[in-house]
Amino acid sequence: MDGAFTAAFGLIASGDAALMQIIGLSLRVTLTAVAIASLIGLPLGAGLALARFPGRGAVIVLFNALMGLPPVVAGLLVYLMLSRSGPLGGLALLFTPTAMIVAQTILILPIVVSLTRSVVEDLWAEYRDQLRSLGASRLRAVPTLLWDGRVSLLTGILAGFGRASAEVGAVLIVGGNIAGHTRTMTTAITLETARGSLSLAVALGIILMGLTLALNAVAWGAGQWARGRLG
Amino acid sequence: MRSLRDIHTAILPLRLEGAGYRVGGAQLLSDITLNIAPGRRLVILGPNGAGKSLLLRLCHGLIEPTSGSRVWASGEARAEAQAMVFQRPVLLRRSVAANLDYPLSLRGVPRAERRETVTSTLRRFGLEHLADRPARLLSGGEQQRLAVARARAMAPQVLFLDEPTSALDPSATRIIESMIEGFSAEGIAIVMTTHDLGQARRLAQDVAFLHRGRLIEHRPANMFFSGPKAPETRAFLAGELIW
Repeated sequence: MDGAFTAAFGLIASGDAALMQIIGLSLRVTLTAVAIASLIGLPLGAGLALARFPGRGAVIVLFNALMGLPPVVAGLLVYLMLSRSGPLGGLALLFTPTAMIVAQTILILPIVVSLTRSVVEDLWAEYRDQLRSLGASRLRAVPTLLWDGRVSLLTGILAGFGRASAEVGAVLIVGGNIAGHTRTMTTAITLETARGSLSLAVALGIILMGLTLALNAVAWGAGQWARGRLG
Repeated sequence: MRSLRDIHTAILPLRLEGAGYRVGGAQLLSDITLNIAPGRRLVILGPNGAGKSLLLRLCHGLIEPTSGSRVWASGEARAEAQAMVFQRPVLLRRSVAANLDYPLSLRGVPRAERRETVTSTLRRFGLEHLADRPARLLSGGEQQRLAVARARAMAPQVLFLDEPTSALDPSATRIIESMIEGFSAEGIAIVMTTHDLGQARRLAQDVAFLHRGRLIEHRPANMFFSGPKAPETRAFLAGELIW
């Protein structure tokens, strides 16, 4: 076990090319998925907070439930869509980083939507009369509320990042864990552990946790700064 | 794109015709007929729960009468040339200057004119040194001053104020009152509620007295305070003075 840790730090220190490639791909896939999910989820969540339509409650419950969607099931759905006989098979996206981004976006989206709805709903209760008095329509209130809730919304986006960076089921199914092409930190850890080569697995585990810790530290710091600065 | 200067059509008098507001079986306002004239300072008085804030909201257009009607002289459903200051104003999480800019940009006022209005508003109300400060971090008095300034920047013909000074200390209250007097001198109609009878005496030209959702009296302030009164009014004024 000590050997594994020593070798792990050796790998990290040496800047091993295969290791760097894996880290790079993991970050690219997850951050892209977070960006897409935020782009869709922030306005969607805010719209859901402000809109009143029949079946709204059902939609809210659905998104809340989807926060618990097992990654393997999300992976399976995307696999069925993208497999050669599936409806989107012609795009030949299966076992590519793009397919992995799609699968992770599906995992993150419900988190961003649900947390955004909750944050914006609370803000709207406080702001509604004032914004209407200033002349804002419901639609125009959406960007205002998102901007004023930015600190709280960051937490939701971070939770989405955490879910995507930690999951292995979805990227494994739709990516296929192909070395140099679709191998991410989590799929590599799975594979290396199964093969008994623990040093790479441990190195990846340390890096994964380190990255998550660093990102959360930055986000927390930014939140504290913004609270002090913006009230 | 339109300019603030385009808002010329007179929206006053505002007329409530037998307006009522009923929610969940409770009749909160009943049969209110009221004329809000241009350029006057009207203070709405009444005990807690009489419906003062509700009446203000109904006039401003935040709620719709469930019976009767609300008619602006301009014929608009909700007149644009009006503004309201709340008891606890909501300021946006951005700078003081950006808070002044926001309602103007909602109206599609061109950027150059907006900058001009923001600068002159900051200068007029002594907020220049706070321009870049986050609005949420101002003191209570400064926040209300900004809220009143923001309302003025919207170039209203009528300004509604819902207990604008009830959370403020005397010096901040004095500043807000002098701002209100300044607007009135510019010809802006003022409609405000207050719990403070001293403030009502200082500011009111007309008084509307509400009791249990009904308009008991609406008359010039000197007559309200010194002339013969409805029994509810007498009890209210006597009770307030004893207390």
